Amino acid sequence: MATVTDSLDDHHDHGPAKGLMRWVTTTNHKDIGTLYLIFALVMFMVGGAMAMVIRLELFQPGLQFVDPGFFNQMTTVHALVMIFGGVMPAFVGLANWMLPIMIGGPDMALPRMNNWSFWILPFAFAMLLGTFFMDGGAPAGGWTLYPPLVLQGGNGFPFMIFAIHMMGISSVMGAINVIVTILNMRAPGMTLMKMPLFVWTWFITAYLLIAVMPVLAGAVTMLLTDRFFDTTFFSAAGGGDPVLFQHIFWFFGHPEVYILILPAFGVISAIIPTFARKPLFGYSSMVYATSSIAFLSFIVWAHHMFTVGLPLQGELFFMYATMLIAVPTGVKVFNWISTMWKGSMTFETPMLFAIGFVIMFTIGGFSGLMLAIAPADFQYHDTYFVVAHFHYVLVTGAVYSIMASVYYWIPKWTGNMYSEKLGQWHFWLSTISVNVLFFPQHFLGLAGMPRRIPDYSVQFAEFNMWSSIGGFAFGLSQVFFCFIVYKTIKGGEKATDQVWEGAEGLEWTLSSPPPYHSFSTAPEIK
Amino acid sequence: MSSENAYYVPHDAKWPIIGSIGLMLFFCGFSAQLNNTPSASIVTMIGFLVLVYMMFGWFGEVIDESESGAYKSSEDASFRVGMIWFIFSEVMFFAAFFGALFYIRNFSVPWLGGDGSGAITNEYIWNGFEAMWPTNGPGEVGGQYEKMGAWGLPAINTLLLLSSGVTLTWAHWGLIANKRKQLIFGLILTVVLGIVFVGLQALEYSHGYHDLNLTMGTGVYGSTFYMLTGFHGFHVTVGAIMLTVMLVRSIKGHFTPENHFAFEATAWYWHFVDVVWLGLFVFVYWL
Repeated sequence: MATVTDSLDDHHDHGPAKGLMRWVTTTNHKDIGTLYLIFALVMFMVGGAMAMVIRLELFQPGLQFVDPGFFNQMTTVHALVMIFGGVMPAFVGLANWMLPIMIGGPDMALPRMNNWSFWILPFAFAMLLGTFFMDGGAPAGGWTLYPPLVLQGGNGFPFMIFAIHMMGISSVMGAINVIVTILNMRAPGMTLMKMPLFVWTWFITAYLLIAVMPVLAGAVTMLLTDRFFDTTFFSAAGGGDPVLFQHIFWFFGHPEVYILILPAFGVISAIIPTFARKPLFGYSSMVYATSSIAFLSFIVWAHHMFTVGLPLQGELFFMYATMLIAVPTGVKVFNWISTMWKGSMTFETPMLFAIGFVIMFTIGGFSGLMLAIAPADFQYHDTYFVVAHFHYVLVTGAVYSIMASVYYWIPKWTGNMYSEKLGQWHFWLSTISVNVLFFPQHFLGLAGMPRRIPDYSVQFAEFNMWSSIGGFAFGLSQVFFCFIVYKTIKGGEKATDQVWEGAEGLEWTLSSPPPYHSFSTAPEIK
Repeated sequence: MSSENAYYVPHDAKWPIIGSIGLMLFFCGFSAQLNNTPSASIVTMIGFLVLVYMMFGWFGEVIDESESGAYKSSEDASFRVGMIWFIFSEVMFFAAFFGALFYIRNFSVPWLGGDGSGAITNEYIWNGFEAMWPTNGPGEVGGQYEKMGAWGLPAINTLLLLSSGVTLTWAHWGLIANKRKQLIFGLILTVVLGIVFVGLQALEYSHGYHDLNLTMGTGVYGSTFYMLTGFHGFHVTVGAIMLTVMLVRSIKGHFTPENHFAFEATAWYWHFVDVVWLGLFVFVYWL
């Protein structure tokens, strides 16, 4: 940077720098948001390609295309890439773009650190994906990294551990930035209970991130020392316990799934009122429900471990605590439905994805309730039923909400309307194919097909073929999505500032696209 | 809003990308070292130097901005909130290791000894193992060892760290009262106490490795002992470096009684490290 006084005077009419370095050195929340979103889309395609390999191998029983070791690398890295490279960066991108605008601030509170949070990620994923080319290949013990299996990996193991450390550093810095921005950058009059729900849900998400990412860091550090420095945290011979890892991992892992879904709740709470042309039903109950979910997320982790041999009291406690989560989640679903009740609804693409979210996320929620019942889980554990469950909440939940928000805000970001016709095609192609893809997996799981295997018994053949066909169609639909996004960035009908007739909030008072510095003058909040 | 009230948004940040490259080199080099790749330590070293260069550059830039008055109350508030949440993330990092320690002491070791639902494991796999603490497990991993006592060096170290908290507060009082000498002298005392602490800790490790046969490989006792005290010692080292920077800045005439966030952040960090030590002293050494 030049001198301090210089930039103080300059920065109101300061436009973006030119060329590639603009993106490398930027401190602008919209530039960084764009980087995050593009990175997430690329990772979504990388992780998607791995899913295609998985579905290709599972198209028929027997081993056709890849060897079992490589298949395990695919399932492991697919999960890591989609969670840490796809969904989380996509939501951080949305937060970067929208939070400062929604609260009427000039930028994120810590702009340089914001840049670093993003620029760690490409390097971290280069390390993670680089493990494919090492001796022993990529990690293949599942994304949950359970010892002792994960400790038997090849040379890629330490690279994966440190890639996870870097992702954690990035997430914690990003989360600190979000919290500081929300607490400190609000326009005068923007009280906490006036904030849009997307801001609220991100606030709570950031809290969860700061609370649990360091715990994951601790867990993977113990893996590293168990393999290379003779410690015995996870080995019974030395007095440790492999189950200890599972406890620590899921103490991170369960809040993590709410990290992936709470911002989605915020997005849906923004979109449904716009297209129902009614204010959100039960705003404050939404805030309290989000907080309750966050609190409960810390005391339910062992429901991922019902079959490892927990004491009976543990099984009972974690079963009931898990079921409790259905209460605040139910509050949310009923609030969305009540918002639509008697509204003047229209069904543009964002609304279609939002309604798709409400219905299909609820299906995933119900199968979650089934899994929460400890005695029933003994049957479902590690079967395709679990795979179907978490793909309903993550794909038709989190990913659908991200797509809804892209269609909802892309006119604001680019100044161009997307093609409504293509958007509707994308929604229906995705929704039909995703159900063909994941719904049969419920039946496969109930019939006893285990997850993470490249080959299976012939009685599972037909449903797997259906599932694979759905998978390929869903994959192609997302290539089509990339095309729609590209086309919208390149041009299209000009968007108005308001964009959506029923939309409320500060983002719609700015031009489309917004000026380089969002609110250099704090807006008035009614 | 007039420009003198505008929130300070820096531009053209080159340090983050340098930091990312440094991090990747450091971690890749270290990973390759663990895999016994020849000359990987050079990459680790380069990565480390890049990171040090980044920190000097980045913090230097921030200090220049601070001294030239770019930061006002709203930027100050951002730094404060940011630091508090950073310390919270550190608390959770230590919580993972303390959690492991409590789980091992309260569940995994008693279960291996035949308690509760682990009775079968004891009977069929580790028959004859009696649960106790400390332990290197039923496999007696690492061989014969002796426990690290609490009332020798660790007790002295507790005293040192607690006193360093007092001297740091005394330095802070000096800063607030604009008594520069008290500030500098207080900081020197604090840094010295911190360095002595780390030195004694190194002595204790050497005692453990050479006299007690207590190593990282001494079952779960050695694992938890070195992991917890090691990460704490690393944090004390970082804190001492931060305090040294504050000392140099104080000598250079930085900070005013009203405006000295960097000093306060360092103090918060130091007290946090202090509190972690108390937890260590009680649960790792004493009980």
